[in-house]
Amino acid sequence: MNKILLKNGHIFSPEDGIDEILDLLIVGEKIEKIGKNLKVEGAKEIDLSGLTVFPGFIDLHAHLREPGYEYKEDIESGSKAAVAGGFTTVLAMPNTSPPIDSPERVEYIVKRASQVGLARIYPIGAITKNRAGEDLADLRLMAEMGAVAFSDDGDWVRNSSVMRRALEYAQDFPIITHAEDKTLSPKGIMHESPLSYELGIKGIPRESEEIAVARDVLLARLTGGRLHVAHVSSKGSISIIEMAKEAGLRVTAEVTPHHLIFTEEVMRTYDPIYKVNPPLRSEEDRKALIEALRSGIIDCIATDHAPHATFEKELDLNQAPFGILELEVAFSSLYTKLVKEGELDLETLVAAMSTKPAQIFGFDGMGRIKEGFLADLSIWNLNEKWMVRKDSLHSKSSNTPFLGKELYAKIKYTIVGGKLIDVSNL
Amino acid sequence: MGYFRGFKDLLGLKEVDRDFISTILDQASIFLEVLDRPNKKLPTLRGKTVVHMFFEPSTRTLSSFDLAAKRLSADTISVGTRGTSVVKGESLIDTMRNVDAMKVDLYIVRHSAPGMPHLLARHTKATVINAGDGTNEHPTQALLDMLTMRQIFGTLENIKILIIGDILHSRVARSNIFGLSKFGAKIYLAGPPTLVPKEYENLGAEIVSNIDDVLDEIDVVMALRIQKERLEEPYFPSIREYRKFFAITQERLKRLKPETVLMHPGPVNWGIELDYEAKDRVQNVILRQVTNGVAIRMAILYLFLVGAQNE
Repeated sequence: MNKILLKNGHIFSPEDGIDEILDLLIVGEKIEKIGKNLKVEGAKEIDLSGLTVFPGFIDLHAHLREPGYEYKEDIESGSKAAVAGGFTTVLAMPNTSPPIDSPERVEYIVKRASQVGLARIYPIGAITKNRAGEDLADLRLMAEMGAVAFSDDGDWVRNSSVMRRALEYAQDFPIITHAEDKTLSPKGIMHESPLSYELGIKGIPRESEEIAVARDVLLARLTGGRLHVAHVSSKGSISIIEMAKEAGLRVTAEVTPHHLIFTEEVMRTYDPIYKVNPPLRSEEDRKALIEALRSGIIDCIATDHAPHATFEKELDLNQAPFGILELEVAFSSLYTKLVKEGELDLETLVAAMSTKPAQIFGFDGMGRIKEGFLADLSIWNLNEKWMVRKDSLHSKSSNTPFLGKELYAKIKYTIVGGKLIDVSNL
Repeated sequence: MGYFRGFKDLLGLKEVDRDFISTILDQASIFLEVLDRPNKKLPTLRGKTVVHMFFEPSTRTLSSFDLAAKRLSADTISVGTRGTSVVKGESLIDTMRNVDAMKVDLYIVRHSAPGMPHLLARHTKATVINAGDGTNEHPTQALLDMLTMRQIFGTLENIKILIIGDILHSRVARSNIFGLSKFGAKIYLAGPPTLVPKEYENLGAEIVSNIDDVLDEIDVVMALRIQKERLEEPYFPSIREYRKFFAITQERLKRLKPETVLMHPGPVNWGIELDYEAKDRVQNVILRQVTNGVAIRMAILYLFLVGAQNE
């Protein structure tokens, strides 16, 4: 069996209480042993002096665009972008064309991911057929083919009865809600606030999210269903989720890197690069999101990686699509903007990107650095700066505000199930 | 390339100061005299190229800018109107890159999205003039309104302006609020509460709920066009209800001071914002605004492309 011995790496796994320089032996696809001065016959040795080893990151929310929008991204480019961002597992959202709303289409994603063979790509199936919000898709058949959760992401399931039945029927499978009552925000572009009025840009009020979160939490109460709230952006949503957790409901939530880093102030540029849904909100919301992540009300960070072609993002604010590219810059930008600035501790950040998503979605043997767990790891030089350049990104798109900017934390290796990927040779 | 008082572009009246505006108004007054001469053409901008980028229907603003450029002997070309390749979904930044390669000096941009002139301005060394961007600003219209008011009252200080109607979607109202508030004018806003955001009080305006409370002390009434059918949300119940509370009816017309100026950015929905009895009163001002509009735009072209070189 394949043996890799990682020497002298700074192993950092808050959940496992490890924060020191150790050796780590991988045998096959699993972590065999962690300790000092390990010596193993026949193992491939890699010296990780000066490098930091985290559990492989797990992204519960990414748009890989295949099938239908391969000019933005496909499973191959998305998989490369994932491992280049330290992600070993990525959940692919079903709002493709056609949408992933049948077992055959789920199977297609699984097959394409295995052909590419880099990160673990897990499909999310649509809740409703054609994502139309009316008839339930074949949830159990999709689950049999490998769907790990269900979502009509991009649209809220407006019909309360349909959402109720989905939560009941899916049982332990998470129903991921894109909580947005769009009737409150037709043609909205940015956070509705004094600033949106100052800039003359149509707003999306916090309430368009909070109303939807509140209804879905109540339906989780009614059904006992498993609800996961995607991309929480507002302080009010946090309070609702906190109440749900205190009431013992099976509700979890995620926040994106961009909602943790940016505020509505960037809209002063009128630049569609910052047009994202839900919108970047106020500093008060951003601070509350960081605090909720720290306290655990928000369980994890998920990227909402949303690649769009340059010609689309160069359209005007009305026509340009919503979304920000994330996979390859997510960790480095959070590390640079939040950890280095003292706003967030590294322990919370790493757990929120690895251990927590594995736990809340029940991915056994993942998200930790522990003997017997899968050897899914990401290995970084935290002190090395790198420039985000179009030609250095593995994604097909480059719609990140960090383009042309320098970030700390450069990825070196990503290991997926014992398979070593040297990111510089991707 | 042209700069005027440190600005490469004229994107709005929010970010400029009182002196900036006064200089434009003063220069426009000088050009007004030129417009009264038999030969109205000046050689000032000979060799300069002005590009009209209009991506929204416009007759009056476009012809006003075009005439202003021609009076100053600039060459003008037009991109984005009918007959060009610009279609929905094409990147305007790409279009501009192409036009830039033709070595042009100034763009006049109108677009239905807020901030489009701002975006384009960051992608060119040429000057960009905002001729109306979505629901954000329409600075040249506000400047010609301000020039008209200054001519009539001799000053903008302490004059009282009542703007009525769909303030929320009116870039003309917004630019007027930004501009006039810098001169200490008193700005009142009125209209259905859904169309008069309370946030505008932060911008230097005061909201009045009943226009009849203030009508007899107002110097300028600006009635905005109401297009209920084009609003994407149910902002107010009916034209009937709107008329009752916010129209300048014959009765309200009689309550205005004789010297009160009645303005409308046009085109007027007669019987909705204004009763037809107001026609002569509005028409006189409109003609004056049209003339002022050419002078204001000449002043802007001149100051950004020539005047600036003396700084």
